[in-house]
Order: sequence, then structure tokens, then C-alpha cells
Amino acid sequence: MSSLKYFTNGLLKENPTFVLVLGTCPTLAVTTAAFNGIGMGLATTFVLVFSNMFIALLKNYIPDKVRIAAFIVIIATFVTIVDLLMKAFVPDIYKTLGIFIPLIVVNCIILGRAEAFAQKNEVKSSILDGLGMGIGFTLAITLMGSIREILGSGSIFNIPILAENTKTILLFILPPGAFFTFGYMIAIFNRFKAKYKF
Amino acid sequence: MDLINIIILALIVNNVVLAQFLGICPFLGVSNKVSTSIGMGAAVVFVMALANFVTYFIQFYILVPLHIEFMQTISFIFVIAFLVQVVEIILKKAAPALYQALGIYLPLITTNCAVLGIAILAVQKNYNLIQSVVYASSIAVGFTLALILMAGIREQLELTGYPKGMKGFPISLVTAGLLSLAFMGFSGLVK
Repeated sequence: MSSLKYFTNGLLKENPTFVLVLGTCPTLAVTTAAFNGIGMGLATTFVLVFSNMFIALLKNYIPDKVRIAAFIVIIATFVTIVDLLMKAFVPDIYKTLGIFIPLIVVNCIILGRAEAFAQKNEVKSSILDGLGMGIGFTLAITLMGSIREILGSGSIFNIPILAENTKTILLFILPPGAFFTFGYMIAIFNRFKAKYKF
Repeated sequence: MDLINIIILALIVNNVVLAQFLGICPFLGVSNKVSTSIGMGAAVVFVMALANFVTYFIQFYILVPLHIEFMQTISFIFVIAFLVQVVEIILKKAAPALYQALGIYLPLITTNCAVLGIAILAVQKNYNLIQSVVYASSIAVGFTLALILMAGIREQLELTGYPKGMKGFPISLVTAGLLSLAFMGFSGLVK
């Protein structure tokens, strides 16, 4: 039961996007469509799970003074792996996400979890924490991607849902739309959080 | 493409924060006061220009000749982390007051994705050494500009009334959205 708690923690109560407000750059940049959200979310989840696992494994061997540098090397290794894998197997998504794949290395969610969780906890709970945070992030940015895609291009997951000649609000797939959507999403999330006290 | 073009594009048309979404964390975190924003901006200008200068040599004199371009992410982030440490030490000695004010955000320049992002983008755009450094400096000045504008607005916002539920991040993000909308007016300024 208690180990399940580490997993569900990242989904709602400490959702990295809407509650901790970490990793804001990819959240704003890649959410022009729902598919991009899933791609970015899963890539980040992969890095998060493996870096959490390895940091938890190596925590006793890493000297405290150089821990940040050591964490960054571990994280950068897995980012490079994801980068090469995505380039080989999903070139389309790789092209759309572009610069934001190598930038997973500076996503504050990952270094934040390493610092706040993985270096203090055992391997199993660190993996669960990484998985929960990663899926929480994926859900959040996919939701944002869906909202922007519906409002901005009238489709969801590339499937058109509006009648042919409906005018869409182009603003939502442009940069300002990202800021507006994210701002209101946090406000709505805070409202629900206060009401249902989760 | 000549240098003037690069400068105008990087400074206002493709503003790093408001159009490319790099460096959002410090943008939302440090933009409370105009004075802190200027300090943070100065530190970022220095680190970014230096980072692009050094990473240029790493890319074209180490990674490419040895055919290990896949090590780009790891080597670049390491150089940036090192540079930030140096800037931190210098600032601590030379300007303790500024060092106090920037507090936690100085080490966070390492994870300011703008620094790494712009270093990688400059390589992807095939800029030469001078273009790369000019590009990084103008991007960083653009970052500072956005930061100062935002800080000015937020100082005024403190005095006005807005819905309680929008307090904190939501109102900042909506403000940033309006700023971004204003900056879209510059698109088309340079071909």
C-alpha cells in the first residue's frame, strides 16, 4: 500500500506540472498538439525512471560535494540514449520536438526528483516515484496539448472533430496561447485542489 | 545572413522567452523586482556569450574530428555547469550584494535551458564563431529585456486587485501571454 503511494503522489497531489510548476519550458513549447505531449511525456518518463533508479543505486558512492555534477552526467547519459532511440524509431516526432529532446537534460523535474527523492530513498520507491512523476507530467502536457489542438486547429490526436468550415482560434497554437492555457489550467487545478482537498 | 539580421531576429522577433519558450523557470522566478532582473540578466548575458564561445571550439575541434557528435549534450552541459561555477565565484568576491540578491537562482543558470538550448541551436544553424557569440549575446539581452518588462508589470500588479484564484503563477503566465502577443507584432520585421 505504502509503495503505491509513491506512485500516485506524482499523479495529483504533487503533479509536477500543475502543482510543483516544474519543467515549464517543454510544457509551453511542445503542447501545440496532443500527440507531441505524449511523445515528450514518455521520453521524459523514460529518463526520469532510469535516472532515479541509477541515482538511488549509486547514492552511497557519490560524494556529497560533487553530487549535482554526478546527477547531471547520469541524466545526460539517458537523455542521449532517448535522443538516439527516437531519432532511429520515431523520426517524425523527433523532428517536431526538435531541440527539446536534448533539453530534457535541464528539465528541472528530473534534477528536482534526484535531489529531493532519489538520493534519499531506496531503489524500488525511487523507480515508482519516477514513474508517477513521469506519468503525471505526461497526462498534464497531453491535456494541455489536447486543449490547444481543439481550440487552435479543431482536431484532437490529428482527428478533426469540428465541422469543415468552423473557424478555429489560431492564437491557441501560437506562443501566447501556450501561456494563457497554462495559466488558466493552474488556476483551475488550484480551485479543484482547494475544493476536494486531495 | 549578416550580423544585424541575427541581432534583430534574436533580440525581438524570436524572443527567447516569449517566442521560443527557453528559460521560463528564471523568467517566472526572478521577475519580481526590476533590480534583481537586471542582475540576473547580466549574469545570463555573460554566461551565454562565454558558453557559446567555448562550445564552438568543443564542437568543431573535439567532437567533429573524433566523430563523437552524440556526446554533444553531455559535454555542453558540463562546460556550462563549469562556467556557472566560475561566474558564481567571481560574483561572490566582486559583488557580494548582487550575489545575495540572486541567491538560489545563480546555480540554477546551469539548468536554465536557454543556455544549453542556444549553444545547440547555434551549432545546428552552422554559425561561425563570431556569429555564434553575437547570436548568444543578443538572445541573452532579449531574455533580460523580457525579464525587466515582466518585473515592471509585476511590480504594478502587486498594487492592483485581481481574482484571488489567479494569484501566483496563473496571473504571471497570463501576463506573459499578453507580452508574447505584443512581441508577435514584430514578426516580419526581418526576412
